[in-house]
Amino acid sequence: MLDIKQVYKTFNPGTVNEKTALKGVSLHLNDGDFVTVIGGNGAGKSTLLNAVAGVWPVDQGSISIDGADVTRLPEHKRAGYVGRVFQDPMMGTAATMQIDENLALAARRGKHRTLRPGITRGERDSYQDLLKILDLGLENRLTSKVGLLSGGQRQALTLLMATLQRPQLLLLDEHTAALDPKTAAKVLEATERIVARDRLTTLMITHNMRDAIVHGNRLIMMYEGNIALDISGEDKAKLTVEELLAKFGQVTGSDEADDTLLLG
Amino acid sequence: MDFLFSFFNSIPNAFGQGLIWGIMAIGVYITYKILDVADLTVDGSLATGGAVCALLISMGWNPWLAVLIAILSGMLAGLVTGVLHTTCGIPAILAGILTQLALYSINLRIMAIGDLAVKTKATLAVSVDRSSLLVSSRYIRDMAWNNPLLVLALFVVVVVALLYWFFGTELGSSLRATGVNSAMARAQGINTGRNKVLGLVVSNGLVALAGALLSQYQGSATIDMGRGAIVIGLAAVIIGEVLLDRIFRNFALKLFAAVMGATIYYLVITLVLRLGLESTDLKLLTALVVAVFLTIPHWKGKYFAKSAKMGGSSNA
Repeated sequence: MLDIKQVYKTFNPGTVNEKTALKGVSLHLNDGDFVTVIGGNGAGKSTLLNAVAGVWPVDQGSISIDGADVTRLPEHKRAGYVGRVFQDPMMGTAATMQIDENLALAARRGKHRTLRPGITRGERDSYQDLLKILDLGLENRLTSKVGLLSGGQRQALTLLMATLQRPQLLLLDEHTAALDPKTAAKVLEATERIVARDRLTTLMITHNMRDAIVHGNRLIMMYEGNIALDISGEDKAKLTVEELLAKFGQVTGSDEADDTLLLG
Repeated sequence: MDFLFSFFNSIPNAFGQGLIWGIMAIGVYITYKILDVADLTVDGSLATGGAVCALLISMGWNPWLAVLIAILSGMLAGLVTGVLHTTCGIPAILAGILTQLALYSINLRIMAIGDLAVKTKATLAVSVDRSSLLVSSRYIRDMAWNNPLLVLALFVVVVVALLYWFFGTELGSSLRATGVNSAMARAQGINTGRNKVLGLVVSNGLVALAGALLSQYQGSATIDMGRGAIVIGLAAVIIGEVLLDRIFRNFALKLFAAVMGATIYYLVITLVLRLGLESTDLKLLTALVVAVFLTIPHWKGKYFAKSAKMGGSSNA
């Protein structure tokens, strides 16, 4: 499904702020894989997702989705393959537009936008049903401006938007990190439900080791711009937080059971 | 008494100016409010619209066709700014200033086309006696179909109707999303660069339309007819917003609010001129008006945040 081959990315090359964020990352995802991604700050997790989403071009290597080489496609064209939810709840929706308008924009992801109506009556009805899945009472607020919603509601809406057109690949960049624990759990629950329902191939970054273990069928840990650990199947199912930390220490050769991983 | 009489006497003209600049203000609304870009091209493209229209009419063209070509010339100016901004990566304000500056030279050339005696011209007259014009201030008091207020009002209605339709389409919605949150727009597969160019093209087309109408209305195109246009357009948009935003929720009404803002602006201008200010003082006055109306919402948010929030929570 997703094939990342030897991808390198350096930010601000040739300056004092030079930072090599990805150092020859290779990753293959099978159809229907739900992969959780963990790693300390600056390990390259978000950079990896942004490389797949096409936020900027990579320096080296190739990325293909469903057999199609997307390495040179600009961000808006890659959106045809990829659904995304960001860490910042403000980032995934248009605040001054209505809930139904936001959904209608998402329903046309990857399609040619024409002079036909931006939203139809039939669409509105179907959105009402879709919003019920979130269980946040948004189905009765179709014409509310998204800016009036809470952070959790906006994240849930963004999730719905990312999956409205079934994406080949769903990218979740710590999408519950900015939410309070209760809301975060609710959004994760909705994520789990939608991913299972549509059998979506998913990459989910999280700061929470427990979430990384509980969700998905495969776990990867990033360290210094590369994949340091890749656990799947039976091993992943039996994994505990303590084991994960021990493994991390082995792989990276550091015994400072990385604080940034435990926190969060 | 004399003062009142002369003021009331000039009210129709204030409405005429207000309607024309209202169309210009709608153009500014598209960039400033919808795309969230301050586009300074308009100072140039307004004069370009006026110059092209005056030129073609003086060459004997049909005035409708002349206006159409004027609109296209404005769109071309918007395209240049858009490409400078997106493809060349120049900040939007600077891209607009560059186009505006270039247009000054171009407009002087345009007005001299067909005149073998000179290479540049700063003024080009169109006479309602010799050519058929769509609007002329001469008929402003006539109870007839060619009364410019009637024609201009029709133009405003058609422009607002077209934009209301356009911004409701898939493409128009994507343009709105581009202005609100470009990261979200790209994630939803929207080509934000192309949309910015499109917005600038449409906006400057409208501004050139206003220029074309203005040159007919006042009987000439001049090189400096667009000087400070962006500030007048902003004044109209902001006055309309500050005064009418609470009542006007619908998009079409918001566009009408900009037209009303322009009309109010010209009524005030007319009033202060009758009070004894010189017309050359107007730039200062306009700058002050815009500064004041931009300050009001800022201070409201800053010093009366509490009351504003309480008002907002009842909507939530």
